[in-house]
Amino acid sequence: MEPNNLPNPNPSTDHGISAYYQTRAEHHAVVTSDWLAQAQAAVTRNAAVPEVLPKIAATGGSRAAGSGKAFSVIDEFNYWRKKPDLAEAVAAIMALAAFIRSSEATTMMELEIELKKASDTLKSWDTTSISLSAGCDLFMRYVTRTSALEYEDFNAAKLRLIERGEKFGEISLKARRTIAMLGQDFVFDGSTILVHGYSRVVLEVLKLAASNRKMFRVLCTEGRPDRTGLRFSNELAQLGVPVKLLIDSAVAYTMDEVDMVFVGADGVVESGGIINMMGTYQIALVAHCMNKPVYVAAESYKFARLYPLDQKDLAPAIRPIEFGVPIPSGVEVERNARDYTPPQYLTLLFTDLGVLTPSVVSDELIQLYL
Amino acid sequence: MDSRRLPRTAVDPKVRRVGFFTSGEPLPARSQSFPAETGGSTTADGGMMSSTTTPDLSVGVISFSPVMIPPPRYASADGLPALGRAAATVTTVSAYSPLSPLRRDAIQLPVGSFNPSEYMQGTSAMLSPSSSRFDDLDFSEEVACYGKKWPGKEVASFPGSSDEMMMAVRGGGNALSMSALTTASVVKTLPGVTAKDGGTFIESQNERVGPARSQKQKTTKAERRALQEAQRAAKSAAKAAGEGGKHSAASSSGAPTNAKLDKGARPHSQNKDGPEDTATASEKRADRNLDKDRKKDFPHPSLQFDDKNRVEKAKRRAVVYQFEARNRVELFRHLPQYEYGSQLPYLESKFFHLDHIHPSVYQVGMQYISGSTSGGNARCKEMLLAFRMAIMDYSISPEKSVVRDLISKINSYVSFLIECRPLSVNMGNAIRFLKNRILKLHHNLSESEAKYILISDIDRFINEKIIVADKVIISHAVAKIRDGDVLLVYGHSTVVEMIIVHALELGKQFRIVIVDSRPKFEGRRLLRKLVMKGISCTYTHINAISYIMHDVTRVFLGASSVLSNGTVYARVGTACVAMVAHAFQVPVLICCEAYKFHERFLLDSICSNELGDPDVIINVHGGKDLNPLAKWADNENLQLLNLVYDATPSDYVSMIVTEHGMIPPTSVPVIIREYERDQLVF
Repeated sequence: MEPNNLPNPNPSTDHGISAYYQTRAEHHAVVTSDWLAQAQAAVTRNAAVPEVLPKIAATGGSRAAGSGKAFSVIDEFNYWRKKPDLAEAVAAIMALAAFIRSSEATTMMELEIELKKASDTLKSWDTTSISLSAGCDLFMRYVTRTSALEYEDFNAAKLRLIERGEKFGEISLKARRTIAMLGQDFVFDGSTILVHGYSRVVLEVLKLAASNRKMFRVLCTEGRPDRTGLRFSNELAQLGVPVKLLIDSAVAYTMDEVDMVFVGADGVVESGGIINMMGTYQIALVAHCMNKPVYVAAESYKFARLYPLDQKDLAPAIRPIEFGVPIPSGVEVERNARDYTPPQYLTLLFTDLGVLTPSVVSDELIQLYL
Repeated sequence: MDSRRLPRTAVDPKVRRVGFFTSGEPLPARSQSFPAETGGSTTADGGMMSSTTTPDLSVGVISFSPVMIPPPRYASADGLPALGRAAATVTTVSAYSPLSPLRRDAIQLPVGSFNPSEYMQGTSAMLSPSSSRFDDLDFSEEVACYGKKWPGKEVASFPGSSDEMMMAVRGGGNALSMSALTTASVVKTLPGVTAKDGGTFIESQNERVGPARSQKQKTTKAERRALQEAQRAAKSAAKAAGEGGKHSAASSSGAPTNAKLDKGARPHSQNKDGPEDTATASEKRADRNLDKDRKKDFPHPSLQFDDKNRVEKAKRRAVVYQFEARNRVELFRHLPQYEYGSQLPYLESKFFHLDHIHPSVYQVGMQYISGSTSGGNARCKEMLLAFRMAIMDYSISPEKSVVRDLISKINSYVSFLIECRPLSVNMGNAIRFLKNRILKLHHNLSESEAKYILISDIDRFINEKIIVADKVIISHAVAKIRDGDVLLVYGHSTVVEMIIVHALELGKQFRIVIVDSRPKFEGRRLLRKLVMKGISCTYTHINAISYIMHDVTRVFLGASSVLSNGTVYARVGTACVAMVAHAFQVPVLICCEAYKFHERFLLDSICSNELGDPDVIINVHGGKDLNPLAKWADNENLQLLNLVYDATPSDYVSMIVTEHGMIPPTSVPVIIREYERDQLVF
């Protein structure tokens, strides 16, 4: 379990472990045995979190300005992605904004070319992360498509880009709030909701619903091997929402009493399907069989120009899996961290653009990347 | 419990913003900008959500249901970036809520949803954005009423002659003097309509049919023309008096009727105030010309070949002399089927008489008939090149208008080509593009300038829409081929062939299964080419598809066209392949250039299709003595059906690869809306 030791600047090169997965593990504090030990030992961990945020502006600025030539967009990204409340797309954009600040380009064209290179290196650094590439694409789109930039003074334009990048964290938080407001209308009194994985957006939706005095019940899958369900159920229990924890294999067994399935997404692809934590696909299949709606909550910056045809069509995000007992020699282990759920098994997507059917995703993407 | 409950917060995403947007960025002035009612909505700035930026809108707005999805919007015409555009869109639903429901209906249609009539109307709609007319209220009210009286569904169900129908109906109220002749034709061309319609109007007209028919037989051609002329004038006068704003009625009543309404209404609006008898003859003639031009601009409802009258008429105009085949299958009588082999010698013999057909066009026509040019792209390219030649050689006397004359020339070429072989969708799109370019020519341009512009337009079209598009498609599709894949291809699609060759050049390891079918065996040509390149191939016939599909990991198919409901119209057998692949959970990729997209819908393979030579399907390989059906035509009980295309429902298609990226079949209308509007129809 060495990859869970936090400071590891470029882990994907050292191990077979996907860097994307590492970020997730850090953000969502995957409940492993050593995490439990850590948590017990140091309750201070949570207290440390808020301190990080004020530091962002100061360190981000000085680091970028000071490093000059030696500036590495990847280091910057790694720095940002450690922040617990930042989505990965936001980290990517922050890194690109920092890159602009340190850039010595003198014309818009030059800057654009340099930026393109930086975003390409960033993307190729971790090919498993969808929101990373989506974030890079989005920012590039903004840079190349903002006509106002053409007519401005170069420095003003540069400042504007940096400002935009730095505001993005705020945008992402706002998006989450919007989704929560849209999504909570779907939670009706007396409903039973099945949740899979730890999604900040889903949590936000349920939080808002709970604060609106809706009476509902949540079933959490355990989420092996990360045990994301444990953490999620903990959060909900603190809100006073009745929660029940299931082992992953009990999904079909409990689907009878479920009114809706609620999941987040790592990425929303062009077909309108989602890429999410392993197990989402089978839950969606079971729900589809039993005619239960499957709702997905995802911010629009997770929309990616990807079109997987089947499960194997994506680069796998490798993660460590702990079985507790030694694995017999000569036995292979499926270590992919996520799967692809085709659009026909999804009912609706809650995004900051509104509540969408899966087929509208492609519409939005086409308009975005027109 | 209620007391505990906080007021539920509902948010309405009035301003939709995708991704980035600047606070200071000037919001795009939308082409269909709303008049004052929308208030502050279009001036939204900064912020992520509308709730912060446009608080005035959320007041008194209808309770927002979470399922309400803001309608998609049109691209702004001024070419502002997509992001900015997305940022500034306002949901029409909430903006218009204070208005009367009638009004809202009338307005929402053109702004919100995909409106095919815009394409049908081609240039005219582009020039005058329909929604700009919406500021006077009473007129749109009328529109709504009109829409109620004649809902699009009803009108659309008379495919043949809804034009005349509408005219007649419109005139119905005032012009009692309307001649019986039209009535007769209306009733005649709409068999069985009266029952479905139940309207008293047609029934009352029905009584007059008898005398009208006899009258028609008696009158001479000249008399008939005069009658028609008078009739038309009467109609227009009645219409002008009766209902003022017919133009925009088009935009609110059912989509299929739009073009026709507009078409009918516009030319006549000139002599609105003049009564019928004061309109001079010359005016009328100009009117008719305009009318004719306009008619040719819109895709006509295709000729139904079981409609005897129209077929007769078409035959009289025809250049190519063709025999209709006997023993035709009942279900497909509406499609043309000719005795094959009879046309070519006839056409050859007529070469020196067809002076109005340019030789290059003539040559292409011959190639179509003989089948030496086949395949959607090749046919389209040949046709465009022929038109290019024709335009190059074109000259005109200075007193004539280049635009009008050229359009009529192109029209005659097109109708000649249609006689040779029915047009495919992409050819229709190309022709529409060319005509639009011609119509857009400035009147002051000299002949050589105009020719130069058109020729470069044609070159650009071929290059952009076919050659470059193919390259982009290849680069997209190759990404979906992995090492160890087994690709199944059907027939011979040039794009698919290029994809395979390119994947080979990239050093990918894969195997090909070529599925072929009678009677054309196009797969053999592909097989030969691929085997020569050293690709491992399996060749089989479609009968073995369910067996071979076990091994396959990807299916690559070409298409003749893709329709807006995602239906893929392609070489017959494609649907079978796609369905079997779907049953085996094998992804089906359709490779198709975006200029083959069409806004029409297709639900089955019957309504529009092409019939091939029936003889080829009874010819058995292996000598004459193995041909028991050699004289099949003499047997009345035997009908042969050689369909050329079929329609694959979108459920069986995993992905459509176009030059605009890989899209699900549900996004075809998006592509049509976003791209064709800007690029094809300028």
